[in-house]
Amino acid sequence: MAETTFRDALNQALREEMRRDPNVFIVGEEVGEYGGAYKVTQGILDEFGPERVIDTPISEEAIAGTGIGAAMIGLRPVVEMMTINFALLAMDQIVNHAAKLHYMSGGQVTIAMVVRAAEAAGLQLGAQHSQNLEPWFAHVPGLKVVAPGTPADAKGLLKSAIRDNNPVIFIEHEAIYGSKGDVPEEEYTIPIGVAEVKRPGADVSLITYSRMLLTCTKAAEQLAAEGIDAEIVDVRTLRPLDSETIVNSVKKTHKAIVVEEDWRSVGMGAEIAARIQEEAFDYLDAPVMRLALAETPMPYSKPLEQSAIPSVDDIVRAARRITSSNPLPP
Amino acid sequence: MSVEQDRFILSKTEIVEMYRRMILIRAFEEKSAEMYAKGKIGGFLHLYSGQEAVAVGFISALRDDDYVIGAYREHGQCIAKGTEPKYVMAELFGKATGVSKGKGGSMHLFNVERGFLGGHGIVGGGMPLAVGVGLGIKYQKSDRVCVCFFGDGAVNEGAFHEAMNLVSLWKLPVIYVLENNLYAMGTAVYRASSIPDLIRRAGCYDIDREQVDGMDLLAVREVAERSVRVVRESSEPRFIEAITYRYRGHSISDPGTYRTKEEIESWREHDPILRMETYFRDQEMVSEDEIKTMHDEADARIQDAVNFAEESPFPAPDDLYAGVYAE
Repeated sequence: MAETTFRDALNQALREEMRRDPNVFIVGEEVGEYGGAYKVTQGILDEFGPERVIDTPISEEAIAGTGIGAAMIGLRPVVEMMTINFALLAMDQIVNHAAKLHYMSGGQVTIAMVVRAAEAAGLQLGAQHSQNLEPWFAHVPGLKVVAPGTPADAKGLLKSAIRDNNPVIFIEHEAIYGSKGDVPEEEYTIPIGVAEVKRPGADVSLITYSRMLLTCTKAAEQLAAEGIDAEIVDVRTLRPLDSETIVNSVKKTHKAIVVEEDWRSVGMGAEIAARIQEEAFDYLDAPVMRLALAETPMPYSKPLEQSAIPSVDDIVRAARRITSSNPLPP
Repeated sequence: MSVEQDRFILSKTEIVEMYRRMILIRAFEEKSAEMYAKGKIGGFLHLYSGQEAVAVGFISALRDDDYVIGAYREHGQCIAKGTEPKYVMAELFGKATGVSKGKGGSMHLFNVERGFLGGHGIVGGGMPLAVGVGLGIKYQKSDRVCVCFFGDGAVNEGAFHEAMNLVSLWKLPVIYVLENNLYAMGTAVYRASSIPDLIRRAGCYDIDREQVDGMDLLAVREVAERSVRVVRESSEPRFIEAITYRYRGHSISDPGTYRTKEEIESWREHDPILRMETYFRDQEMVSEDEIKTMHDEADARIQDAVNFAEESPFPAPDDLYAGVYAE
C-alpha cells in the first residue's frame, strides 16, 4: 500500500490503462499541455504524446461526439468534460447517442467510452459551477455511472470503466482531489456495480457515495463516541445500483439514512429509499431519512453555501433521531 | 479535371449499376409508403424519393470499408452502402431479422459490416460522430474515409459548427454531404438561415467545398470521385452541398401545405431516374427493353423484401432487455 491522493490515483489508472491498451486515448479541454483543469492528466502528454492526449477547443458536444464516433470504430476514448456543468452541453451526444447506439443498432456497435466529469459543492464557485448532476445520468438505461469516494476506489473503478464496453460516466468530486488514502501497489481493479460496506456497524446504515463518504466517516466517528454504531455503505456505482448490499445493511441495522450531495427531489436518495422500501419494508424500524443539498441554486456566500450542504452535524443529529425511541419527524 | 473526362472513365457497367441502385431505392421507398398505409410500418417514415442520386452517386465512389453516417432519411444510404433491401424492410416492419434486429426502426438502420454507422434521429447529431470516426481513422493510421450525410435543417444546429471546426482544425478524412432539399421539415431554407447560400458556411471553417446538382447522378458521382480521392490522399475534410428535392413530405404524415403541387411537379421534371433514362437513350447505351427489365427486377426484389419481412418473426418478448448493455 502507498498513500496516494485521489488525483494521483486517477492519473495512475489512466497511465496504466494507456500502457496496457493502445486503443485507449484521452480527449478533452486542457487535458494535454495544461495537464488537466484539475491536474488529473498531468504528465500524461509527455509519456504518450499528442496523438493519444488530445486537446480540444471548448466544444463539449463535439468532444463527446468525438469519443462516441471513435468508440464506434473500436477505440476506447476517455473523454474529459472538465466539469459536469459543461456536460449539459453534450447531453444530446451522451443521452441520445452514447446510451442508445448499442441497443438500437441491435448490438452492432459498442460505445466503450468513459466520460470523466468533475463536480462539487462548497467551493464558492457559484450556481453554475456547483451542481451535482449524477442522477441525470443515472436515470438513463445504457449508461453506467460511477462516483468513488476514496483514492483506491477511484483508481480501481477508473480502470474498470476504461475496460468496460459501455459508456461510463465517471464522477470526481473536486473537493477531494487532494484527499489521501492507501492505494495497493499491485495491479487491481474494482468492479462496477458493487457497493462496499466501508465501516461495519449495528445501529444505523449511512448510505452514501463520493465526497459525502468522507463526511459520513467523520460523523460515524463522532457517533461512536456517543455509543451509536453506524454502518457506512459506499454505493460507489450509481447505475447499475447494488441494491443487495444496501438492502442487506438495512436488514441488519433496521434504520437507513441516505446522505447525498445532489438535490433531494428526484435524487439518488429517492431511488435508494424506494429500493429499500421495496425490498426491506418489513425490516425498517423508521422511515428512511434523506440528507441532501438544499433545493436552491447554489449561493456564492460562504456561510450560506455551507448551510446548503449536508454536514457532519446534520448526519449526527439525524442518526441520533433515527436511533432514538421516537424517530419520526416532528 | 473536366466533367467529360470523369464521366468517360466510368464504364457502362458502373453507370448501369448506379442506375439499378437508384431504381431499387425508389421502388423500396414507394413500397414502404404502401406498407405504412397498410399498417405494417409504424412510427415515423421519412422517404428518400427524389434524392436517390445523392446517396447512390456518392456512396458508389466509396470502398466497401469506408464509413457512412446518415441522419433519419437514410433508407437509401443504407441500401446504397450494400445492404440487402429485405433486411431494411424487415427493420421497418419491426422484425427480428431487420438490420437492427427490430430495435432501431426507420430512423436507426445500422450495417456495421458494410460500414454503415447508422441512422441518427436528432438533427445534426451525426456530425459530431463523424468527427470521432475521422479521428479514429487517423488514429488507426488507416486510409478510409467517412462520409456524413445531413440535411439543410442541421446547418443551424450548434453541433454543425462544432463539428465543422474540429474536422478542419484536426484535418480529418471526413466528407460532409449536405443534402439541401430546400425544406427543414416545413421551413424553407430562406426562412431559417441568415445566409441561405448554405455552402458559404463551410468557408467559415476553411473547408474546401463544392456544390452539385443532386438530381444529376453522374454529376454527383464525379464530385464524389474527386472529393473521396482528395480526402483519402490528403486526410483533409471536404464539404459538398447537393441541391436536391424530396417528392414526399418530411415524413409520411406531412400534409405538405408549405409547398405547391406545381413546385413538386417542376422538380419531378428533373427526376434523377428519368434523367438517366434520357441519358441512356441519347448515348444509345441501354435499350427501352433493358430499362423495363431492370424496373421489373427492382420491383420483384422489393416484393421479395416485403414477403421476407412479412414472414419474419417479431423479436422474442425477452429480447426487450437484451443489449441495453454490451458484455
